[in-house]
Amino acid sequence: MSKEAVQLSLPGFEQAHGRWRAEYGRQIGTDRVIRNRSQIEIKPLYTPRDWNGESFLDDLGFPGQFPYTRGIYPTMHRGRTWTQRQLIGLGTPEDYNKRVRVILDAGATAISLLPCNSGFRGVDCDEVDPVLLGTCGTVINTTDHMDRALDGVPLGNISTAMNDPSPFTLLAFTLAVAKRRGIPWTSITGTSNQSDYISHFIANHMFYRLSLAGARRVLLDHIEFCRKHVPGWNPVSVVGQHMQQAGATPVETMAFTLSTALQYAQDCIDRGMDIDVVLRRFTFFFDISISFFEEVAKFRAGRRIWARLARERLGAKDPGSWRFKFHGQTSGVDLTEQQPLNNVARVAVQAMAGIMSGLQSLHTDAYDEAITTPTEETARIAVATQNILREEAHLCDVIDPLGGSYYVETLTDQMESEIEVLIGKIDAAGGMYKAAESGLVQSMIGTSALAFQERVERGEEKIIGVNCYQNDSGPSLSRATERPALDRMTDHVARFQAYKEARSQDDVRRALDALARAANSERENVYERIVEAAEAGITHGEIVSCLRKELGFGHPLVVV
Amino acid sequence: MSLATLSPPARVLVTKIGLDGHDRGSRIVAAFLRDAGMEVIYTPPWQSIPAVVKLAMEEDVDVIGISSLATDHLIVPKLTDALRAAGLGHVGVVVGGIVPEDERAVLIDAGVHAIFGPGSARDEIIQHVALLAAKVRETKDAELAEIAQ
Repeated sequence: MSKEAVQLSLPGFEQAHGRWRAEYGRQIGTDRVIRNRSQIEIKPLYTPRDWNGESFLDDLGFPGQFPYTRGIYPTMHRGRTWTQRQLIGLGTPEDYNKRVRVILDAGATAISLLPCNSGFRGVDCDEVDPVLLGTCGTVINTTDHMDRALDGVPLGNISTAMNDPSPFTLLAFTLAVAKRRGIPWTSITGTSNQSDYISHFIANHMFYRLSLAGARRVLLDHIEFCRKHVPGWNPVSVVGQHMQQAGATPVETMAFTLSTALQYAQDCIDRGMDIDVVLRRFTFFFDISISFFEEVAKFRAGRRIWARLARERLGAKDPGSWRFKFHGQTSGVDLTEQQPLNNVARVAVQAMAGIMSGLQSLHTDAYDEAITTPTEETARIAVATQNILREEAHLCDVIDPLGGSYYVETLTDQMESEIEVLIGKIDAAGGMYKAAESGLVQSMIGTSALAFQERVERGEEKIIGVNCYQNDSGPSLSRATERPALDRMTDHVARFQAYKEARSQDDVRRALDALARAANSERENVYERIVEAAEAGITHGEIVSCLRKELGFGHPLVVV
Repeated sequence: MSLATLSPPARVLVTKIGLDGHDRGSRIVAAFLRDAGMEVIYTPPWQSIPAVVKLAMEEDVDVIGISSLATDHLIVPKLTDALRAAGLGHVGVVVGGIVPEDERAVLIDAGVHAIFGPGSARDEIIQHVALLAAKVRETKDAELAEIAQ
């Protein structure tokens, strides 16, 4: 929408504006063309000529009111601040349990669980080189492992976010543990925050386990299962993070993420599910880069577009379905290995952008994120950063504090139109599933990634300590990198192998046969069988391998 | 750019071993080595060590570039051992990505020629790989000449 034609009735505006323009031109000489990461040209000054508030009610309105540009709840952070949700995952289940108890003792009501890279690849701990185990997440392959990891954790009273890609074995193990402990599934809350298989196919290949068609089927079964049996669980988190980390611009990220959400919503409608029941449990997960105003505009525009899409295009009637609930994680891609303590400053700025955009939950990266898995000390600083922003900087006092800024509103409008153009392109390609399958999205992201890298190399995007100010001497990380103790990890593997052998092999075969049958029958819910398999002592690797065989192995499409 | 030009051009295998799948770096490096005139063999992530050795042999590569962002560098010494065991000890190995300071020496001792951390300049990587490839080619040619005699 061009705002050039906005008529102003401010007496004296034109003359004053003209005087400033002349003065600015004289002093600056030849002005540089500045563009943000989404390649939108940024002017030196924004005025009521760019945005004058006349579309206030249609485009902004009030917090908790359609189209939610200013926030999805009436009270936002003034009523309830965001959830501090730090990712944790390391070593053996016992190591994880020790760390999670520290967090719970400190008063946390939400935890997260990041599995080992071997788990992401869909294999068990005895299938990989033991030096790679537990370096980036916790090794959890069975219901017993999960029981040990969650020992003493009050499952019914905390919210758990799990990095648990399709076929969602970690949730299955958790439900099996709950049953053992007599905790009703209806009291289990949390999020499958890596359920977005399309984003994995496109941009986070290590989470991609099943074929596209297989992953689509399992996700829909998972959504239906949760709706029936675990109603407090969010089975879908649509992830923009991977695409932005892979190089998508903020505009591309928001467009592709919303297109993905449309795809999942449409798939649910086609299955005959009630769209309002489904959408109420949709959540989003984004990267927050250091491009401060652009991120704020990205989130505000995303909230507005989603509300309109949900209401008008998907036909949702419940306001709960229109609300764009999102978790933000400060972007690790912006952090540098050089002069690592500078990352504390970067994370603070990224977090400010997320908070001032009205996010619902936040993970702040530790400053050593660019180098290794955080230690307790660096993780503590990351949490303190959130506390400082909330308590000392008073970022929660005012709702949507940047709303009404000529710049932010103009940029929000501009990003919104560009996002909508891209959503139109994905629609024209037949929707996100097809646009990913054909490689269209991957090649757009690849082009943007290379273009950004070239701007860094030309010095147009400056990164302190990388392409400028390289010689500032500062403290570096000279501590020893912590790795899981290899002997304890090999013990864990040995115990796991003994466990597998001690099981009734007939029971194992029966459970896997039932799973394979369900995978081949459209009438059965395959996720029900996955949960039963978890209860029967079947391992993560066995479940994934069975489904890979029946539903197809997930080979990401790599576009160079 | 003073690129040592080989004829036929340097053959470089860009790959990832182990469990991690973050491949933005390996794709970008593969693209700019190709643009610098090298013949790049690119694989998706999660290659096994025997698969990399086999590919290096079949494709007769001069240099192998391993990208590691999430601790897969810990098994690079196993790759260099496997290359030597397969008679490919002359192939140059470089690593790019995240390798903590205190874990670099192990890789260098294992025969890794260079480790390119985040922010490494494109030209620096191209030049290093080009020179390394030229050196590897000399060794290979000398070995071939010896066999011919």
